[in-house]
Amino acid sequence: MRHVLLIEDEANIAEALRFILSRDGWQVSVMSEGEAALAAVAASRPDLVILDLMLPGLSGLEILQSLRADPATAALPVLMLTAKGQGRDRDAAERAGVSAFMTKPFDNSEIRAKVRDLLGA
Amino acid sequence: MPLSALTGTRLRERRIALGLRQADLAEQAGISASYLNLIEHNRRRIAEALLERLAQVLGQPVEAFQEGVAGALLDDLRAAAARLPGAELDRVEDFAGRFPGWAATLIGLHQRVVGLERALEAMNDRMSHDPHLSASLHELLSAVSSLRSTAAILADTDDIEPEWQARFLGNLQDDSKRLALGASALVHYLDNAGQEEDQALASPQEEVEAWLAAQDWAPGDPQALASSPARQMAQAWLAQAARDGAAMPAPDFAAALAEDGPDPVRLAARFGCDVLTAFRRIALHPAAEAGLVLCDASGTLTFRKPITGFALPRFGAACPLWPLFTALARPMTPIETLIETAGPQPQRFRIRAFCQPRFPAGFRGPELREAAMLILPEPRTTDPRGTEALAIGSTCRICQRDACPARREPSILAT
Repeated sequence: MRHVLLIEDEANIAEALRFILSRDGWQVSVMSEGEAALAAVAASRPDLVILDLMLPGLSGLEILQSLRADPATAALPVLMLTAKGQGRDRDAAERAGVSAFMTKPFDNSEIRAKVRDLLGA
Repeated sequence: MPLSALTGTRLRERRIALGLRQADLAEQAGISASYLNLIEHNRRRIAEALLERLAQVLGQPVEAFQEGVAGALLDDLRAAAARLPGAELDRVEDFAGRFPGWAATLIGLHQRVVGLERALEAMNDRMSHDPHLSASLHELLSAVSSLRSTAAILADTDDIEPEWQARFLGNLQDDSKRLALGASALVHYLDNAGQEEDQALASPQEEVEAWLAAQDWAPGDPQALASSPARQMAQAWLAQAARDGAAMPAPDFAAALAEDGPDPVRLAARFGCDVLTAFRRIALHPAAEAGLVLCDASGTLTFRKPITGFALPRFGAACPLWPLFTALARPMTPIETLIETAGPQPQRFRIRAFCQPRFPAGFRGPELREAAMLILPEPRTTDPRGTEALAIGSTCRICQRDACPARREPSILAT
């Protein structure tokens, strides 16, 4: 089963995402904090990371940069959740090598399609 | 009294109003018509004696033709002209003299524009950098994202297990409460922000200065001020004025000032207080004929009490040649300089400047500096114009000294 790691500090958003993605047949684990999330990526080797841009501790952008700097995760697909009006952060994430963006508030069917797409299913 | 370039224009207008020809007026005044023509077009300076004759023929007192236009007014007009190219800068004096009402309107509009620009900038800053606003919006957005996703799950999932359904309904409940609270907090915040809109038109410092000027630099009621930052600054100012007054009590101070003259260092030694206290007491005592400028270590002007004939920049940085900045670089050293202002009618002032370092957090804290500059009119009798005076300006943008070695940007008056 393909593994999706969701890094999101908003518990209710995480729960909703976990529900819809699990029903699509993905194995979903959730982390709510940046530092721990990096360790979890190294340990569990997910097939896709969904990353909130605004996180406590390490920001989503810093996590993305760390992932891209490590050869083991340099090619790992990363879907970033952003809010409207974060244009500058979005540009920075693009330069850092993000795979795709999803703008909050998002449509459930759109995010499911995007995940399917990124996992090559 | 130095004649303004406008004198010729005024003579011409009066002559035409009386229906006199140039040749008639020239003959009666005992000069050639061509010379009068040059005078009328402001191409020749006119001797006092000749002006008296012309004024007599034209049936008006000499003063009617002499009155120049204040330099500060011209500077304001030049600053306004700098906004959009195309104004006839070489005829600014002509314009101000002929149309004083229009000139005042133009200056007023210019100042209004500058104020609005500042308000806009402040609001822009607020929108993009206000941590409270951005946190509120993030909170709302998170709640909306969660609501939307959760509601869609409940609506679209036909075979949802009862325990999941209950859980998502609970989340909906939580998120809708959070959204309601967040929205009302945001509305409250924006409501309050709207009330400050007008206050941003003048900086708090300008507000305080205008308030002090209106009461002739004496303590007043800070509640009269519109914005709360200005009220806070005024409170701090009043507290300092009270300390200054206690350090140099009124009757003794007046007597000492009469005896020693406006010498802040001597007066401070006499009262055993710090030198900047003496600067403030001298410049702000009732009916004092002195300007005062204060700045901090960055050179930012923190206080301005103007004096006629010495233009203080309203915006932007001041002339780098001001003795204020000489003092800033040489703390605890009295700096006295005779200066001459720029412009067609240069005026002389005696400047006394002093910089006082402070260490409010002790040996391990930062050094703060405050410099003061007292601007004293230099009476003509003691100033035979033979002595060398330092040529200074107000601010580069509207300064007429093209060849100034301290210039940091081209003047809008350069041709």
